[in-house]
Formats: sequence, C-alpha cells, structure tokens
Amino acid sequence: MLELSNIHKTFNTGTPNEVRSLIDVSLQIKSGSFVVVLGTNGSGKSTLLNAVAGSFLVDSGHIKLDRKEITRWPEHKRAALIGRVFQNPFSGSAPDMSIAENLAMAARRGRSRDFRWALQPKLMRQFHDRIASLKMGLEDRLDNAIGSLSGGQRQALTLLMATWLKPKLLLLDEHTAALDPKSADQVIRLTEEVITKDRLTTLMVTHSMAQAVNFGDRIIMMHRGKILYDFQDAQKRRLRVDDLLARFEEVRRREQLDETAAVMLRANYV
Amino acid sequence: MTLLIGALTIGLILSMLALGVYITFRIFNFPDITTDGSITLGAAVTAVFLVNKVDPIVATGAGFVAGLLAGATTGILHTKFKINGLLSGILVMTALYSINLHVMGRSNIPLLTTRTLMTDAEQLWIKIMPGKEMVRIYGWEITAHDASVVCGALLLILVAALALYCFFRTDLGTAMRATGNNPQMIRALGVNVETMTILGLALANGLVALSGSLLAQYQGFADVQMGIGMVVWGLASVIIGEALTGSRSLGLTLIGAIMGSVLFRILVAIALQQGLNPNNLKLITAVFVFAALVLPQMARTLRFKKA
Repeated sequence: MLELSNIHKTFNTGTPNEVRSLIDVSLQIKSGSFVVVLGTNGSGKSTLLNAVAGSFLVDSGHIKLDRKEITRWPEHKRAALIGRVFQNPFSGSAPDMSIAENLAMAARRGRSRDFRWALQPKLMRQFHDRIASLKMGLEDRLDNAIGSLSGGQRQALTLLMATWLKPKLLLLDEHTAALDPKSADQVIRLTEEVITKDRLTTLMVTHSMAQAVNFGDRIIMMHRGKILYDFQDAQKRRLRVDDLLARFEEVRRREQLDETAAVMLRANYV
Repeated sequence: MTLLIGALTIGLILSMLALGVYITFRIFNFPDITTDGSITLGAAVTAVFLVNKVDPIVATGAGFVAGLLAGATTGILHTKFKINGLLSGILVMTALYSINLHVMGRSNIPLLTTRTLMTDAEQLWIKIMPGKEMVRIYGWEITAHDASVVCGALLLILVAALALYCFFRTDLGTAMRATGNNPQMIRALGVNVETMTILGLALANGLVALSGSLLAQYQGFADVQMGIGMVVWGLASVIIGEALTGSRSLGLTLIGAIMGSVLFRILVAIALQQGLNPNNLKLITAVFVFAALVLPQMARTLRFKKA
C-alpha cells in the first residue's frame, strides 16, 4: 500500500528557472494494483516516481509505504522496500561486472552486506534457472560483463534484479522507451509476467498509450504537476487509445483557451 | 645483482601503493591525491613507533591504521561536505605534510639501528637456514639479508593481494566495486554510496600507508619528502599492469598491478644505472603516464581515420 498526501516539489526555488513539478499531489495505491502513469513531457510523472524512490526529498507532504512513514528516508534506505527499473538501460546495472555479480547484489537489496562470498553456488544455480526462463540464451554467459549485452537484455536483467527479492513497490520509469520495438515488446511482456506472478504493487510511467490501455488496472494522467484524471477498474477496462488521445486533446485545447484568454484580458485590462 | 634485488624489493613494497591507487583510480574512478601524504604518514607513524622500541608488527599495523584514517578523512570531505574529489585529496595531502612533521618531530628519522620487520625477517632466515650467510641462485651470490627481505616482501604482498581479491568477492566488496561502476544502480539496491566511498578510500590509503611503512623500514629512514609524486608512480604501475594482464578479470588486474610496479622499478633502476640524471626521474614518470593515457586514444583515432 502506497499513500501520498499533499506532495509539493519545486525545483530551483527562487530563481528564474523555478519549476513547480508536483503541486498538492495525493494518491492511494492498493496492494497488488498495477498503476500506469501517463502525461505530457514535463507533466511531473517521472518526478512523481523519483519522489517515491527518494531521489530527492519533497518540500511538503507525506509518503507512506507498507505502513511506514518514508518521507524523510534517504534513497538507499527506501531501496529495501522498492525495486526500480530506469528509462536508460545503462542505469540499472554495473557494466563492468558480470551478470552473476549484478544479480548477486540484487539478491541482497536492502539487506546488510558483510564478508560472505557474493557468488554462493546455491545462488548461482537459481540465477541460471531464472535466466534460462528468459529464453535469451544468457544462462551460459553468467560470467560475462553486463556491458556486453544489448539494451533489451540489460533491461530484462534489471527487471529481474529489481524483483529478485519481492519489493513492496515496483517503480518502472519508461523502462521500454529507449528500446527497439521488438525488445520493448519482450520487456513489457516479461514485466507483466513478473508482476502477475508475484502480485506486485507497481507504478509504471509510460509514453505509450497502447501500453497504458493494455496493461495495469488503473491509469493516472498527469499535467503540469497535478493528477488530472484517474481511471480505475471498469472505467479503466473500457478505456481505448482514442479515449486517451481525446483527453490529451482536451487538455491541449483548455491550455490554448487559457492562453488566448490571458492575451485578451491583458489587451483589454492591463 | 644487488641493484636488481634492491629494485625488485622496492618494486614489491611499492606494489601495495599500486594496489591502493588501483582501488581509487580504477575501481572508484576517483583521482585521489591523498596518496602522496598517506604514504609518508605510514612511514612516519611506523618510524616513531619503531624508535620507541615497539614491536615491528604493531608499528607496521599502526602505519596501516593511520592510512585508513587519512583516506576516511578525504572520503568524508568529499561525500559529507560535497567538496570536489580532487580538491578533497589535495586538502588532506597538504594537511598531512604538517601532521607528518608533527608525528616525526623533525623532517627525517633514521631507522638503521632499530629493530624492524626487515631485521626480523633476516633473523628468521638465519634461524631456518643456519650457517648460510650467502645464498647462491643461478650462480649469483645473494646475502641472507637481501634474500630474506625480498622473500618477506613477496610473501606480504601476495597475502595482501589475496586478501584484497577475496574481499572484492564478498557481498561488501562486490557492492564497493559497483559503487565505482554505477552509483545510481547500487543506491537503488540499498547501498549507501557515501559510506562505501569513505570505506574504499580508507582501504586504499591504508594500503598506501602500509607501503610507506615497509619502504621506510627497508630503506632505513622515514623522510617527510618521501611521498612527493608517489600517486603518479602508482598510476604508472597500474597502467603497465593493465598492459601486461589486461583489465578483464579482477584477479589478473591485481597481479598486473604488482607486476607493473616491479617492472617499472626495475626499468628505473636500469635507466639510473645507465646514467639517467635522477633529477629527471619524476619528469619522465609524468611523461610516461601522459603517453600511456593519450597514446591509446590517438591510436584509435588513427585507425578510425584509416577506416
């Protein structure tokens, strides 16, 4: 269960570059639900994810996860509860280290790390079996550096790493956006499989309307730092790509109207 | 022959320095200049302990611990106070110059008449092989002193390298390597990157100080100037090592750093014997490192242009 209440975040406060990225955002996500976050560029959807992950601390408001108040927790402490996959396939793994070593580190996410041998034989067998199930032919390359793999393979492994220990919350930040269509398809299918199998609570940011419509059980549309629409259950199931596009168009028109109105008002009254 | 044995011994001793530099420059990608100060710190602390008749093992250990502290200080300046990495190292190195003078009480402490790890090694050698003042290896006569010191140094560095290798294979060590490789990723896996950086810098400078401690005991004095340019020396060793063994596997890289240090020292000894002006040594070392950093790049552009 994730609970955000009245989150505010402004970047570059007091400078000409001031950006109000999150404005009074409140959101409750039930355990086991798969929420897709949509929005235009700069709408604050990635900021929302980063606020939950702890990449920065919010200006005000509260974040609760798994009944714990995590608002002031640093990023590495939150990692005990949260698994993450980034947009950039290079961000989620250590390129110069082997596939097995990367997985071994993920197998201790949020736990203490001491002088125990990292690559335990028992763990290695688990890695081998799980990676074989990806059908990417990587199970015999466990000792290869991850940097030698393709973006799609790296993203699939990062997903595996993020969910190796079942996280209380899985954050996916446009994790297929940088991949070619075939790899993107492969990764999104793996994503759904993992989420369904472990009934993971998930927050996924995406640009793809098709992904938003086909996956998850709830859609949140963000605009200018606020949550504009929230489609759940039956409403979400009825939603089609055209409906979403219509909503975006509506937002765009309203914005234009605001601007035209502002110009008119300025001309007449200022 | 004595010259070669001497170069070999110093090369082995300074390979601890190379391992330290490998950790900061290669694993953490952190240009740590603290090295120049911490190598002298190790020598100074050990020298003072030895002059006060402390057991050599304890004195050497104290040098190591002093290095740990120096490295941790640089790490804290960098992570907690957000000072640029290079500058953090320069600050600590500069401060260490005064601290080293205070530790020693003067600029130079001779250790020729005190008991050291080296004299202990020699005595052990005589006890194990009594009556053999000279050892014959392939027709060369080597004194028991030289032989014992070189064997002792080799043993010590092998133990250190093996310990380091095992450490980097543990959960903690793996996380430390990942911290240098991809901090964003390891933070997302729950590791405190700041703590890890402090730990890594401490470990690196501990090794560097250990190198200084052994060097002082070998050459028979600790001097406040002995650390100048040592970071470049260590970097040169690491670069030679990478050319020898590549940087694919962790174990090979560690062995490469040791071999690089020894080879570099022997090359220097030969060059000096052939009449190289010692004043030019640091200039040549710097030019060498420059060339080693730039040449691969230039070779790549040349190949690119041809293609």
